[in-house]
Amino acid sequence: MGVRQLHRTEIQINRLRRPRLSWRGAPETDPVQRTMSLNRIASMGLLALIISLACLGNSTASAAGLKEALQGLGAKSRRTILRSIKVLGALGDPAALPALEALRDRKLRVDEQGRVLILDGGGAFARDIVTGERVAVGSGRLRSPVINNRVRRVLLPVIARLQLSSSSPEVRLAAARELAKRPRPDAAGAIRAALEAERDDEVRQALQLALAQIEIDSQDPRRRLSAVRTLGASADANVRERLRRMLQTNEAGEFTMEPNPEVRAAAADAIRTIERRLALVSLSRNLFYGVSLGSVLLLAALGLAITFGLMGVINMAHGEMLMLGAYATFVTQNLFRTYLPGWFDWYLVAAVPMAFGVSAVMGMVLERCILRHLYGRPLETLLATWGISLLLIQTVRLVFGAQNVEVASPTWMSGGTEVMQGLVLTHNRVAIVLFVFFAVALVWVLLRRTPLGLRVRAVTQNRSMAACMGVSVSRVDMWTFGLGSGIAGLGGVALSQIGNVGPELGQAYIVDSFMVVVLGGVGKIAGTVWGALCLGVVNKFLEPYTGAVLGKILVLAFIILFIQKRPQGMFALKGRTAEG
Amino acid sequence: MMGSRFDRLAGMHSRRGWLVTALVAAVGIVGVPVLNLVPPPGTWLHVPDYMVMLLGKFLCYAMVALAMDLIWGFTGILSLGHGVFFALGGYAMGMHLMRAMAGEGVYRSNLPDFMVFLDWKELPWFWYGFDRFWFALLMAVLVPALLAYVFGYFAFRSRIKGVYFSIITQAMTYALMLLFFRNETGFGGNNGLTDFKRILGFSLQAPSTKLGLYIVTAVLLLLTYLLCRYIVTSKLGRVLAAIRDAESRVMFSGYNPLHYKLFVWTLSAVLCGLAGALYVPQVGIINPSEMQPAGSIEMAIWVAVGGRGTLVGALVGAMLVNGIKSWFTVVSPELWLYVLGALFIGVTLFFPEGAAALLNRFPKGKGSCTSNR
Repeated sequence: MGVRQLHRTEIQINRLRRPRLSWRGAPETDPVQRTMSLNRIASMGLLALIISLACLGNSTASAAGLKEALQGLGAKSRRTILRSIKVLGALGDPAALPALEALRDRKLRVDEQGRVLILDGGGAFARDIVTGERVAVGSGRLRSPVINNRVRRVLLPVIARLQLSSSSPEVRLAAARELAKRPRPDAAGAIRAALEAERDDEVRQALQLALAQIEIDSQDPRRRLSAVRTLGASADANVRERLRRMLQTNEAGEFTMEPNPEVRAAAADAIRTIERRLALVSLSRNLFYGVSLGSVLLLAALGLAITFGLMGVINMAHGEMLMLGAYATFVTQNLFRTYLPGWFDWYLVAAVPMAFGVSAVMGMVLERCILRHLYGRPLETLLATWGISLLLIQTVRLVFGAQNVEVASPTWMSGGTEVMQGLVLTHNRVAIVLFVFFAVALVWVLLRRTPLGLRVRAVTQNRSMAACMGVSVSRVDMWTFGLGSGIAGLGGVALSQIGNVGPELGQAYIVDSFMVVVLGGVGKIAGTVWGALCLGVVNKFLEPYTGAVLGKILVLAFIILFIQKRPQGMFALKGRTAEG
Repeated sequence: MMGSRFDRLAGMHSRRGWLVTALVAAVGIVGVPVLNLVPPPGTWLHVPDYMVMLLGKFLCYAMVALAMDLIWGFTGILSLGHGVFFALGGYAMGMHLMRAMAGEGVYRSNLPDFMVFLDWKELPWFWYGFDRFWFALLMAVLVPALLAYVFGYFAFRSRIKGVYFSIITQAMTYALMLLFFRNETGFGGNNGLTDFKRILGFSLQAPSTKLGLYIVTAVLLLLTYLLCRYIVTSKLGRVLAAIRDAESRVMFSGYNPLHYKLFVWTLSAVLCGLAGALYVPQVGIINPSEMQPAGSIEMAIWVAVGGRGTLVGALVGAMLVNGIKSWFTVVSPELWLYVLGALFIGVTLFFPEGAAALLNRFPKGKGSCTSNR
């Protein structure tokens, strides 16, 4: 913090004319610190001297209070930290924000001279929170103040209140929401002031919600009424509980909490509105998560459906193709981190062809070396491919270790967009849905619009006839198997962004993707797409009611019953080709 | 009439076949216990206690392999769900063993320990009756039978076959495993049932009880083998083989494959349940990991290694693969998965007939030669 900033601070404080809180200030009073070594006490004494000298330099006592409170953030005792936070909150000075945020983000340090520092530049250097001067770190040991949840509960609203005067609307919005989450009566004044100055509609609404949650406890029935009406616009389950509490009755049926009938009616109204909104949010959320789960399943099942449709064999090692794709992503990430750190955010672009290539080549090798010899014996193929999957899992385990490896999401995929209050679409899931869309379109074009696709479809429909017409069946087999495995590799890239990457990654998805194939029927992309999306969405919708496990069992039972009705899947091939 | 039935039974094997069966059965049922009891420990003839336990475990696996061979080798239906039937039988027996030690658990409660731990106040309804041994034994075969019958009825009725059937059984295995992993299901969740004290009053820790269990298992395995042999040499067995080789033709000849398949599928599940019930007191634990899909696929490889459609092959395969597994998990555990994977690939690629084909190279009489323990 520079001199200019301090100057501004001073002016603001004078303008606000906040009463000074009683502040015993000096860290020496703290019982923990009393047991410090003499050396330490001497240096603290020096520090106190410096501070008081600095105080002399400034013309107001408030600025000194600010500095003292800032210094208190680095205290050893949690009580002192708490008190300092409260003082900073009462001062209401945005200049304290960087320090408070650093405390929240665990970037605050105290060096051996007792200076409180904010780590900056990824920990390369630090700034003194009082003087703003740059300090080299590395020499000497740094201590970080310990904060727990109790401190956080006090810290977060204070930060939010200070942030209300930020120039960025996003920060103000987040601050208003934070205040709405933890309504505290002492923030009411600050919120009202902010509401007067606020021009952004979204922030205004959030502020009104925050204010309403405080005013709902007001003595004035008219204020309560308007607060309750405002709260009807919320989509927060906690607000609903708060409103429900207003309608509590005792055994005699008398309303114990809220005496005013008009307010009660408004509360009942607000509860209904909130519930409708919550239902809509949970519906949309389930739909979104279902589609995103379904799209991952789709990538896993698409390749399986192609190879199964073509050769009538089940590839139990298909899940391991997913796993190889995910590990290819991991390796690409590491290569970028080492050799192209500047391009790290775009490693996924390189990982996509890499994963496709690794899995496709592995698939083609397997087809040439093993599966080719097993045609016409589907059950044996199943066992042989299971053996392959064991070999692949164990090899990966020996090379990369049995633990999960960490695949970082690029920054453009982290975070989310809030489309509705309470419904956040995380960017990685949106990206995956788009990616799957792209992959399905690619496969569709490949199968429908290219000579290879024509041959693949011909062999799928009638192998011997295709052979008679001059299609090299065995080569088509190889390419198809490569394509199917490659798509699984793409699935691995997608999975690495939302789940753990470990040697057993494929095993978790293999049963589900088989179910998709069974449900959708073989040889039809549309069937696989619908099968996967239905399975994903149904799974997500069942989960809240029955739990994930029972949901899976119900889906299985449903599939078995479904096949009773339509043994060839949802999109049956018609005519002779249907008889496998 | 009596004579013809006897002829029918005797015709299951050639004279030499009966001789070998009797010989192997004698070694298995009488020889091993005698070698365990008579020679002093440490001498080369002595079969140590742990070996008896290990053999008893293998015999249970062999029984599963017989059931698997019946359904896969003879009827051509590859089940990836036999681990479930095995585990269900095991759970039934485990529940009895839990009830038999009521009041002796860590918490000295009348309820099994895990229920006390979960703060359950009374026994769930499906635990009633398991304090009686005969009831548990009945359930060990009835529950797998019922599950297999219902599942099989729906699957076979809509003519799900081949790999489709395999996948669906695997999905069933997976779903039930997840179900049993949950604490709320009421079977001890992740840890399963363990710490058993005694069976029918005999301490499970005593070597004599283990030897007794071994003998019971060996006798039951012999009976199972004879039953399977009886079935596959009967007319029913021929229909089963016909279903395996050309199901459409069987239908066109006026048979309804549904009932045949359903019968052999349910019988197979019952045998698995029985094997599971014998397995649990010998190893002293049953948990959901027995239901892992991988376990069921391994059962298929026992049969494939030994040779499908021979019964003897199934026995040999189960003993052989599990013997190798025990050896490798001691010597070099990380290599075992490679060996198993190589077995899967190698057997399907190079030895589709399995080890039994090697045995059959030797000159023999009518029918296939056999061995049994």
